[in-house]
Amino acid sequence: MAPTGSGGPARPARDVAIVAFAQTDHLRRTDELSEVEMLMPVLHRVLDATGLKTSDIGFTCSGSSDYLAGRAFSFTMALDGVGAWPPISESHVEMDGAWALYEAWVKILTGEADTALVYSYGKSSPGEVRDVLTRQLDPYYVAPLWPDSVALAALQAQALIDAGEADEAALASIADRSRASATANPHAQVRGSRPPGDYVVRPLRTGDCPPVGDGAAAVILAAGDRVRELCARPAWIRGMDHRIEAHSLGVRDLTDSPSSRLAATHAGAFERPVDTAELHAPFTSQEVVLRKALKLGDGVAVNPSGGALAANPVMAAGLIRLGEAAARIHRGESDRALAHATSGPCLQQNLVAVLEGES
Amino acid sequence: MTAAPSPDLLRAPLVVEFPFTRSLGPVQSAFLTGLRERTVLGVRTGAGSVLVPPVEYDPVTAAEIRELVEVASTGTVTTWAWNPSPRRGQPLDRPFAWVLVQLDGADTGLLHALDAPGPDAVHSGMRVRIRWAGQRTGAITDIACFEPHEGGEDHEVTPHSGEFEDLVTGIVAPARLDYTYSPGRAQSAYINSLSARKTVGERCPSCRKVYVPPRGACPTCGLATQERVEVGPAGTVTTYCIVNIKARNLDIEVPYVYAHIALDGAGLALHGRIGGIPYDQVRMGLRVEPVWTDGGRYPDHYRPTGEPDADYETYKELI
Ligand SMILES: [Zn+2]
Repeated sequence: MAPTGSGGPARPARDVAIVAFAQTDHLRRTDELSEVEMLMPVLHRVLDATGLKTSDIGFTCSGSSDYLAGRAFSFTMALDGVGAWPPISESHVEMDGAWALYEAWVKILTGEADTALVYSYGKSSPGEVRDVLTRQLDPYYVAPLWPDSVALAALQAQALIDAGEADEAALASIADRSRASATANPHAQVRGSRPPGDYVVRPLRTGDCPPVGDGAAAVILAAGDRVRELCARPAWIRGMDHRIEAHSLGVRDLTDSPSSRLAATHAGAFERPVDTAELHAPFTSQEVVLRKALKLGDGVAVNPSGGALAANPVMAAGLIRLGEAAARIHRGESDRALAHATSGPCLQQNLVAVLEGES
Repeated sequence: MTAAPSPDLLRAPLVVEFPFTRSLGPVQSAFLTGLRERTVLGVRTGAGSVLVPPVEYDPVTAAEIRELVEVASTGTVTTWAWNPSPRRGQPLDRPFAWVLVQLDGADTGLLHALDAPGPDAVHSGMRVRIRWAGQRTGAITDIACFEPHEGGEDHEVTPHSGEFEDLVTGIVAPARLDYTYSPGRAQSAYINSLSARKTVGERCPSCRKVYVPPRGACPTCGLATQERVEVGPAGTVTTYCIVNIKARNLDIEVPYVYAHIALDGAGLALHGRIGGIPYDQVRMGLRVEPVWTDGGRYPDHYRPTGEPDADYETYKELI
């Protein structure tokens, strides 16, 4: 990429697009399937959509976490699903697949590959995901207290309420809208109207929290001329960036997400309005924070897929936001979409991509 | 993916437990030792703000920061969340509030628990103080929790050397996660067959290779392997090693032989121990068969069948 002095968006050195996306149905549990068995149908679908075979793919990158399954190097087993023998050019991030997509994008921008297969998966059902996620916290001052993911999100929600930026009714309406949108999404785990439920950790109720479930997703990226051969209306990646905030929650303003705003700036999100935003906000309160940070007006369709409140396969939910935004462009329902992924407690790390169709 | 789980599907509890031993840098060492001595230390950044808990590097400028100060054990709640159902490992075993507390003299929040009778007794801006643990070792849990505290903010931040007798230089942070492990359809079928003394693999629909044990996918073709194929019982030693170290909790005399064994009909070798023959007479090409002990769910070891050795050409692809 060309260097920019001002912190403004950089112009990618090659035109890269998302040309295909597939995801599983997201389910509360999938005991009968190993991770590779859950993943493989999705890999086949995304390859079939382009006519590519695994041997045609220039680079393969995946995202997952051993802590979900409780097994070391679990991604090596999942590699069986992409036909990794004879050896392929492959990499893995112990993160959401959105970051695997970022790595694949960089690989293509450098000219080392023309196509990439990106996939990610997570089975939350074998363990207690609220406890599992405590293990990503500061091991000296925070993790020994075992504050679970809902508790930390609830601290952020209360900070928003204290600041007058939300109330419980506003949060409930976000949950309602998301799950109403999900009725049009055959893959979603939780669809349609449901009561807000009891407090899980106050002020967050069941309805403010994402479902726990298993699922996988895959995306194919391509560059330049290959794009035209593979997709009728490609979703061009106009920019993508990711940023991280201070590790310590007590140092941050939990009602804001400056890292999302900075990533969006570098991705070029503010150059022109977007019509769609797929936000990775597992908790209702996080959508409030992201809408403000990303300056999304009421005219933007936010999470038409239902978002993470309708299906939250950990490690795949961020990649799904990129995939859903791209699929909307593929279908001609969007011309310019923002896709966001997060990782860590209270929106600690944030990735933003801007995708465009050609009009 | 929507089929009901088969009754043959195996499930078992899986506990992953590890005592993470972590060393502390100079700042964290001073902070955690201070907690043991009921003294709360922060660190001052170049811009003059006081971070509690302290870190070694300024989160804004990334500059190294070492200037320790002492802050109060009283403070103000900046945000909170009521936890009606405490989980394993959390600071209190009755309902409590999670809080970020800005201690008097500090500019940032410390995460901990607040012992309060109910959510109506908690609000942002309320005054609290540290309740110290009876037994303190130099860990964040030396703060048992916070408790409500009436009283103003009258603390002077004072410089602190960070020097204590008998500094804590490391912590042990035990971690435990509980899972219910299921190996999935393919491996459940394999294990269930073994307990009936049959070895079952799965054939790839494309390259026809038979995988034992099956994992549900062919790594060459990236396809599901669903055609079940019985292999063995006999097989051929493709390669082996001689083990001279006695494993703990394992009742096997050393030296013994551990081998790769290509069962007849299998497309790759599995491993097993070779018995019934002196260790120095095991060889590539040796024909072996499984030996089950009473009630065993898998072969205890493999012993020679007495057949002539297999020709190298017949197993060289499987080494
Ligand atoms: Zn095959």
